[in-house]
Amino acid sequence: MKGAAKLAVEDVSKSFRVRGSGGAAATLLPVLRHVGFEVAAGEIVSLIGESGCGKTTLLRIVQGLVRRDAGTIRVDGATVEGAGRDRGFVFQQPSLLPWRSARQNVEFGLELQGVDRAERARRADALLALVGLAAAAGQYPHELSGGMQQRIGLARALAIEPEILLMDEPFSALDAQTREVLQAELLRIQAETAKTILFVTHDLDEAIYLSDRVVVMAARPGRVRTIIDIPFAKPRPALPRLRGEPEFQRIREEMWSLIRSTPPGAAVEPAA
Amino acid sequence: MTAPEPAPDDDRLAAADAGIEELEAPGRRRRQLWLIRIAAIVVVFGGWEILGRQVSPLFMSYPSAVAVAAVRLVRTGELWVALQSSLTLLVSGFVIAAVIGVVLGLLIGRYRGMEAATDWLVNALYATPLVAIIPLVTLWFGLGASAKLFIIVILAVFPILINTAAGVRDVSAALIDVGTAFAASERQIFTKIILPAAVPFMMTGLRLGVGRAIIGMVVAEFFTAITGLGALIVKYGNQYDTASMFVPIFVLMLLGVGLTLLLRRAETAVAPWRRMDE
Repeated sequence: MKGAAKLAVEDVSKSFRVRGSGGAAATLLPVLRHVGFEVAAGEIVSLIGESGCGKTTLLRIVQGLVRRDAGTIRVDGATVEGAGRDRGFVFQQPSLLPWRSARQNVEFGLELQGVDRAERARRADALLALVGLAAAAGQYPHELSGGMQQRIGLARALAIEPEILLMDEPFSALDAQTREVLQAELLRIQAETAKTILFVTHDLDEAIYLSDRVVVMAARPGRVRTIIDIPFAKPRPALPRLRGEPEFQRIREEMWSLIRSTPPGAAVEPAA
Repeated sequence: MTAPEPAPDDDRLAAADAGIEELEAPGRRRRQLWLIRIAAIVVVFGGWEILGRQVSPLFMSYPSAVAVAAVRLVRTGELWVALQSSLTLLVSGFVIAAVIGVVLGLLIGRYRGMEAATDWLVNALYATPLVAIIPLVTLWFGLGASAKLFIIVILAVFPILINTAAGVRDVSAALIDVGTAFAASERQIFTKIILPAAVPFMMTGLRLGVGRAIIGMVVAEFFTAITGLGALIVKYGNQYDTASMFVPIFVLMLLGVGLTLLLRRAETAVAPWRRMDE
């Protein structure tokens, strides 16, 4: 698959400096160690693992929001540094700009690129329709529910027409019903747009339901434990139905035990 | 500039209070509170009217006499002339203070170096009762309009500056991240995220600034060339015409309440999301 990968994470390491308490010297806390995997074009890959496994940090490194200590991020084989139009980011909190209407929020990235007004409006309207919020174009974030805000966050990321979507636990702050609706919507939108998606979650069901493959990470330091293929064909039935499948249960249990059983500091090399 | 201006917190508290009142006190309770308020006003003014009549009019006046004096001052045009002079002074001083305060506030909030260079001075001047430097101001600027403007500006500028700087520093890291994630340049992050995010703080600064500008105006009218509403107070004070003296005082009170209310409205109009936050 080398060379063909849309997105490649190669041997990425990252440590944070932890200030010592009570005059103790600062220590380095390794957050990610030799993390590597690839995402093929049009594929949805989830990163999963217990908190502290560095999955969000890794996603932010891929986007260029956090500097890495070592390793390479490639898009279509070319090394990328910093943020770029090839990657769109959806935040855990919608992080919409509160002084902008829904449409203006979607237009944000296009405005930065200097896209003219008419074209911005055209693309924003199309995307608001895609995420089912055409009617809310003129409304402001504080007038919208959390689920609607997150739809706008998704539309905003799609607006710059990135080939890769990076999503950082985007549905974790929503209630269960809204979450399931948005998960299904995401699959529909991905089927329509053929985006490559790297998705961070701590929700096993969500990871299985959305992904073609799941990267299971171990913590302290964060590293790839294993990569699991999800065999269900797309389009997939609704999550409650899929959950009933024995295969779903088997994968879920396998992931659960992988996440729980990793002793700290084991497997320094990438398991994949 | 280590101690941030308390105003934004006060606002949040006020908003929280309003929220609590709304939960515990729907329509009926609120009407009751208004009745109490009106009753208190009637009692205070009524009491003033009765007690005021017992005292020599040299020392104290009472509402009906003040009303009569107000009608007289309006009829002769004296009040309008004074008000016009005062307002011209106030508006020009406030506009100058707003421009200086916002520009410096943006720079100080944005650049750590600017902050380090100025925070000790800003804190010192903000804490100094600036009325104390009026003799110096008259030495520098004489007794004319420029002295008055200087007094208003130096009083009003600090709350505006301090709040603007706090607003720039307060912009949440999450919003800055949005800019970074969408590959915004430094300048774009400043103009499209930091600046609009700081607007509500600026409005709070302007609201606090206008109150101090009014103080500056009256002080300037007393202690430099005597003009405007301040002059009316001095004039009728010297004539022991206490009732007439109260008229410009009431006008000043209304001016303060009116302008503050106006800017508070502007604050919510400019940043409606802040009411829903937190």
